Amino acid sequence: MNNWKMVTLVGEDKPGIVAQTTDALYRNGLTLGETSMMRLGGNFSMMMMVSGEGDLKAVLAPVAEALNLHLHVDEIAGRLHQHMAPNIQIRVMGADQPGIVARVTGALAASGFNILELESDVAGTAQDPVYIMTIQGVSEEAVEVLQQALDGLGEEGVDVSVSAIEMLFA
Amino acid sequence: MAILEILKIPDARLKLVSDPVEHFNDDLHAFITDLEATRQAGPAAVGIAAPQVGCLQRIVILDCSQTRKPIPNHGHLILINPEIIHWDGFELGREGCLSVPDYTGNVIRAERIKLVAQNPQGESYEYEMAGFEARALQHEVDHLDGLLFLDRVVSRRTDLFQRKVYQKGGKKKKNS
Repeated sequence: MNNWKMVTLVGEDKPGIVAQTTDALYRNGLTLGETSMMRLGGNFSMMMMVSGEGDLKAVLAPVAEALNLHLHVDEIAGRLHQHMAPNIQIRVMGADQPGIVARVTGALAASGFNILELESDVAGTAQDPVYIMTIQGVSEEAVEVLQQALDGLGEEGVDVSVSAIEMLFA
Repeated sequence: MAILEILKIPDARLKLVSDPVEHFNDDLHAFITDLEATRQAGPAAVGIAAPQVGCLQRIVILDCSQTRKPIPNHGHLILINPEIIHWDGFELGREGCLSVPDYTGNVIRAERIKLVAQNPQGESYEYEMAGFEARALQHEVDHLDGLLFLDRVVSRRTDLFQRKVYQKGGKKKKNS
């Protein structure tokens, strides 16, 4: 059961994509692991860890064709139960400007920060877009050190804030 | 003294509502000793609730005095029949649970609470808690009501629309 593959399916969003995809996997004896699925810009994107015997591409190709989805399958070395708990959260919010993600993540990478999750969105209006990004990850640096590294990366009107995630375990 | 077995999902007993403690006797005290030993035996948990070991009684142990970063706390607390009587503010935070192995999730909790609870002798006390300790207490009281943090997990995207973000933006405007 450890031969995990990473399956990516992307295409125009419509109801039933998840149901039809996972039904095909189930009927062919394939198992889901961790997955992430989300609507991005009118497209539905799915990333799924799938394991089991058989030709995964052959199982999913008819579904992908019927739903007009791009299908991609990779062999991966991943396993389940490899979760890391984030200890730092970074929020970026402000006027949309080119390169802000590259500058923020570049400064983080230089400090040894490991991004576990990044989500970004463009809110506001077409005339006045507002860029919003949250990053959760693992760092050995203190909040103040990271905040200092990120201060000044955004131009006027961009707010970058670093906070500690105090995991509650009870 | 005994180390008790911690129930883990999907054990249906974790979804049951616990009964108030009525007898503050030796049996109760012996159980509290076992519950504390169980909390100490596992991974560093700041709290444990009786239903997590299959005892459907409103008993909670809480100790936020040993966190990695020191936070305001009331030390080691044994709370019998705890009842939250006031909530204020809300905050998103990440939680994990002895009864939910290998999973953490973001949960919205009140920032500040007031609660009344009895001690093992049956005497009533009132507490005011804030931040991490308040969050931990709410997590434990949920166990007494048959709720797990899983029942309250919110999408990470929800965080984008939290009040705090807007407060921060407002603050910055004032400074510039």
